[in-house]
Amino acid sequence: MAEVSCRRIVKEYDGGVQAVKGIDLDIADEEFVVLVGPSGCGKSTTLRMIAGLEEITGGEILIAGEVVNDVPPRDRDIAMVFQNYALYPHMSVFDNMAFGLKLRKFPKDEIRRRVDEAARILDIAPLLDRKPRALSGGQRQRVAMGRAIVRNPKVFLFDEPLSNLDAKLRVQMRTEIKKVHQTVKTTTVYVTHDQVEAMTLADRVVVMNAGMIEQVGTPQELYHNPATRFVAGFIGSPAMNFMPCRIIDGNGGGIAVHVNEQILLPVPPARVERYRPYKGKPMVFGMRPEHLFEYHEQGRPGWQRVDLKVDVVEPMGMETMVHFFLGGDPICARVAPETDCHPEQILALTADMNNMHLMDGDTGRVV
Amino acid sequence: MGAASIVTLAPAGAVAGRAPGAAMGTVASRAANRKTSLHRQRQWALWGSYAALAVFVVMFLMPPFYTLMTSLKSSAEISSETGSPWLVHHPTLENFWYLITYPNFQTYYLNSVMITILTVSISMVISVLAAFSLSRMGFWGSNVLSTGVFLTYLVPPSLLFIPLFQIVGAIGLINSVWCLVLLYPTLAVPFCTWIMIGYFSSIPKELDEAALIDGANYMQILMKIFIPVAMPGIIAATIFAFTVAWGAFLYPLAYLYTSNQMVLTVGIISDLIRGDVFQWGKIMAACLLASLPPIVIYAFLMDYYVAGLTAGATKG
Repeated sequence: MAEVSCRRIVKEYDGGVQAVKGIDLDIADEEFVVLVGPSGCGKSTTLRMIAGLEEITGGEILIAGEVVNDVPPRDRDIAMVFQNYALYPHMSVFDNMAFGLKLRKFPKDEIRRRVDEAARILDIAPLLDRKPRALSGGQRQRVAMGRAIVRNPKVFLFDEPLSNLDAKLRVQMRTEIKKVHQTVKTTTVYVTHDQVEAMTLADRVVVMNAGMIEQVGTPQELYHNPATRFVAGFIGSPAMNFMPCRIIDGNGGGIAVHVNEQILLPVPPARVERYRPYKGKPMVFGMRPEHLFEYHEQGRPGWQRVDLKVDVVEPMGMETMVHFFLGGDPICARVAPETDCHPEQILALTADMNNMHLMDGDTGRVV
Repeated sequence: MGAASIVTLAPAGAVAGRAPGAAMGTVASRAANRKTSLHRQRQWALWGSYAALAVFVVMFLMPPFYTLMTSLKSSAEISSETGSPWLVHHPTLENFWYLITYPNFQTYYLNSVMITILTVSISMVISVLAAFSLSRMGFWGSNVLSTGVFLTYLVPPSLLFIPLFQIVGAIGLINSVWCLVLLYPTLAVPFCTWIMIGYFSSIPKELDEAALIDGANYMQILMKIFIPVAMPGIIAATIFAFTVAWGAFLYPLAYLYTSNQMVLTVGIISDLIRGDVFQWGKIMAACLLASLPPIVIYAFLMDYYVAGLTAGATKG
């Protein structure tokens, strides 16, 4: 087990295209870090550079304090789980898991012990004699994880391991991966484009965009205190609502947000001084759907009533998503399932201004 | 009015009630008709295919059948003008016995076997290594080289045998089986490499990356992963190399001229045709004996051969 450090690492392809633009990242020993971002953001390239499968154009990668830029993958003491499993089709499950140990000339007894132990953890002991083609997608992914576990490497690397599975199996395997990490506690770097996977698995999430890190933090930090509009929009499902706004003077020396030039929402006193310097500038108002809910007579400080015309209603069972338009911008609210609402109705909502976000209209930074 | 309505409605309801049933009946019968017509069409297609296949089977099996019949006849029966040439009246194995006990024929056979084994071995080692490096190691110019390898296959061997005669003569290998061991791989390697490049390219890249991370070097990846996974392609390439070496006629005809160096294809012609005397029975028996190894190998490996060729064609 070991810590992993990326120091200003750059990946530039032929033709000058930069996939990774100098990122810095320190991953602690036994930590589970998830790299998340949209397609083409450089997350897989970063992982592959840590694995040694991609050459590094610039910067340094350290594993256990040792620079590994020129160390071949087999000498980095890492194990990787691929999206398409990458099992050796002509070998049995046992041989697939034992392959790395055999190459490293481990004694037969030790190989047997390790494979049995990994098979027990992953619940694949009855499958050891089967060939990969005789396994389901979930079983194959377990074998791929088993192949990583038996090596007892310093670092586990996962490259979108659940993307090929159906939705139900994905949730199940997500729990399995978390359980495995709780058992073996190996430093893990996990790449996904699914923010739910990132939030549920990670000790820390690294949100990447266009080859750079947007923000690093715990799932809670990213959810409650996103650093940029990109992170605010990427983390959370359904995504945060964004609307153009201006900060203007409010009643009693306070300030208010004039959203889309249509509704006026007073800023809670605790945030007045923080937002006052942005008065008059083009800003973006952000609010998560869960902070926009059905109106309650007994409000709390910071709760503001907003009346909007319902466009679409999506009952989900435990909650109902209601979609509106405000000045051409779509807005989503999450209301209790028993709330009576239907299209074209004017629905009274509560905007919890204690959870509002304000972003610079030019830079996208959250202020 | 009300009664009239009821009277009017009742038949309408009845009709409305019957109509869907009738419609469903029509739909079902149409579906059945369509099914029958589809079934009929399929049967016609099947019979058509069988008829076409039967014509081809007859056309392709006639020459070997004639060869077999003639090989079982004595010289007298062959030259006799009575009876059908397609039937044997007094079958004999004398032609086969003559060849099996004829020292020259044994030499030709052994030469052919030796040259073929060496050609196949050399060609496969070179083409598997070349295909692996060209398809997987991604060095500078590998794409151009891959195309170049295939282009060399497009040059007809019949254009090369005269310049090659000069080269073979210069290195002192004229009238030596070793010149064929040297030359045949030049014919087999490009196509075998091309088949193998296609096959290796169809193996997911993650497989070698997984092996690299598991601790394998490139040679171990080739030996332990690629060769077992690409076995159908390797068998297809092996059969091709075998065919090149076993059936070649032009090169041995041009480069070999003494009996102790000759191979089957040329040996049969030069030994069993003397002037204008054709020993048909022995020629036919020799042809059958010479066809035996390819038939046995093809029969065992046909499935792999077809699968391998397809993969090579689509992925190359």
